[in-house]
Amino acid sequence: MKRILNRLFLPLLCLTLVGTLPASASTDARAPDVLVRDVTNEVLEIVRADKAIQSDDTKRVIELVDAKVLPHFDFRRMTMLAVGRDWRQASPEQQTRLVDAFRTLLVRTYSNALTQYRDQRIEFRPSRFGSADTRVQVRTEVIQAGAQPVGIDYMLEKSEQGWKVFDVIVAGVSLVTNYRSSFGQEISRGGIDGLIRSLEERNRSLADQHGLQHEAGGPSA
Amino acid sequence: MRNVFRSSRKGVAVVVLSATLAAGCASTGNPSDPLEGYNRAMFSFNEQLDKAVVKPVAQVYEAVLPQPARTGVGNVFSNLADPWIALNNLLQGKVAEGMSDLMRFALNSTWGLLGLLDIASEAGLAKHDEDLGQTLGRWGVGEGAYIVLPFFGPRTVRDAVALPADMMGNTPFGIDHVPTRNTVTATRIVHTRSMLLGADRTLEEAALDRYAFVRDFYLEQRRYKINDGQQERVYEDFDEQPAVQPGAGVDAAASAAVERLELVDAGQWAPSAGRASSNR
Repeated sequence: MKRILNRLFLPLLCLTLVGTLPASASTDARAPDVLVRDVTNEVLEIVRADKAIQSDDTKRVIELVDAKVLPHFDFRRMTMLAVGRDWRQASPEQQTRLVDAFRTLLVRTYSNALTQYRDQRIEFRPSRFGSADTRVQVRTEVIQAGAQPVGIDYMLEKSEQGWKVFDVIVAGVSLVTNYRSSFGQEISRGGIDGLIRSLEERNRSLADQHGLQHEAGGPSA
Repeated sequence: MRNVFRSSRKGVAVVVLSATLAAGCASTGNPSDPLEGYNRAMFSFNEQLDKAVVKPVAQVYEAVLPQPARTGVGNVFSNLADPWIALNNLLQGKVAEGMSDLMRFALNSTWGLLGLLDIASEAGLAKHDEDLGQTLGRWGVGEGAYIVLPFFGPRTVRDAVALPADMMGNTPFGIDHVPTRNTVTATRIVHTRSMLLGADRTLEEAALDRYAFVRDFYLEQRRYKINDGQQERVYEDFDEQPAVQPGAGVDAAASAAVERLELVDAGQWAPSAGRASSNR
């Protein structure tokens, strides 16, 4: 348990560290490794300078993540990978609600990790890929005094709007597919709608805990 | 102190036993987790113990000791474990890594003031993470069932078998003086726990089912460590035509091509999805 948490901590912190650049619809031509580095550095710089975020202002850190990080993630693909085979059973409307709820959950929970960020250093490991590759793994490492470095790898896929992250691997564990068995449990218990319900319920209770408004996590009309 | 320890042990035995009895056969059929009923009971026992004792103590420790002192404590424990890590690297045939671990130990124990400073890392000798469970895995020993141990938490049967040796190996100079040993052990536990303050909140919030989350995290991470991350990940594409054979390793290029048609696909699958959603 301890070990696991140990591996979870910094890593989690960094699920949120990818992404940057204004969320314009235009194509982001940066190479995947450059993109990860730029976004990480930019977000950390903001966190370092922002006293409100350091003192646990959830709303503020979520705003930061929304603006800088989210545009670089492909949440549809992430949700599909988390749900697994049952994804095919979901109607387009259910799929949309799943994506919305899962996005909200990931953003709420992992943004919090950013408020814990202090003096860790991120090291970017060289990534090898060819110009024709459409899927690339970008490796980073979080270095902290007195603790072992923790690897955080980002899986990116090329899209028309540039490279998009579809998985984050923390200390060797995919944070996306790690959900698959608990999602499977929910689905076998209450169907796709059951899973949607528990995700939305979780989002609501998180919103209450952090004094957020319900708009982002509530059931879509 | 000893008496307290003994009686608490008896208590634990009772808890374990009753948990096992209560567990019955409440397994949801995860092939890696045939003991799920017992495991869930033990997991919640560990969580309650943490909430009542370990976490509060760790919070005090973090509040009282300044960061540089805590870093020093962490460095000392980390240094004491390096010879064991070296041995396991050597047992796995990773000679360069093993030698580097021994160098780390020599450097940090001397110039690093008995391990207080981790100057080896600064000198570019990376810290490794090895243990006997990984060595056995490397040698081809299967992991066995997932099992949650009292106090120690998640293990596989293989790692649980290796645990006593790992514990002794982590403190190379066995301490015979019992109060000293207990103090060292307690400090190690409290320090380790203090490093996780903050992470536990994320776990609590992120997981729909904490037990399953931790289990799957542990199992995937152990497998990753045993092959030192040298395994390629397979990402399925569940938007593809089911006729292509679900779940099988999908060629990346083909799946990317299929994914571009996802909207069309989604439309096609609406009827069957409607059936699933009414099936509560």
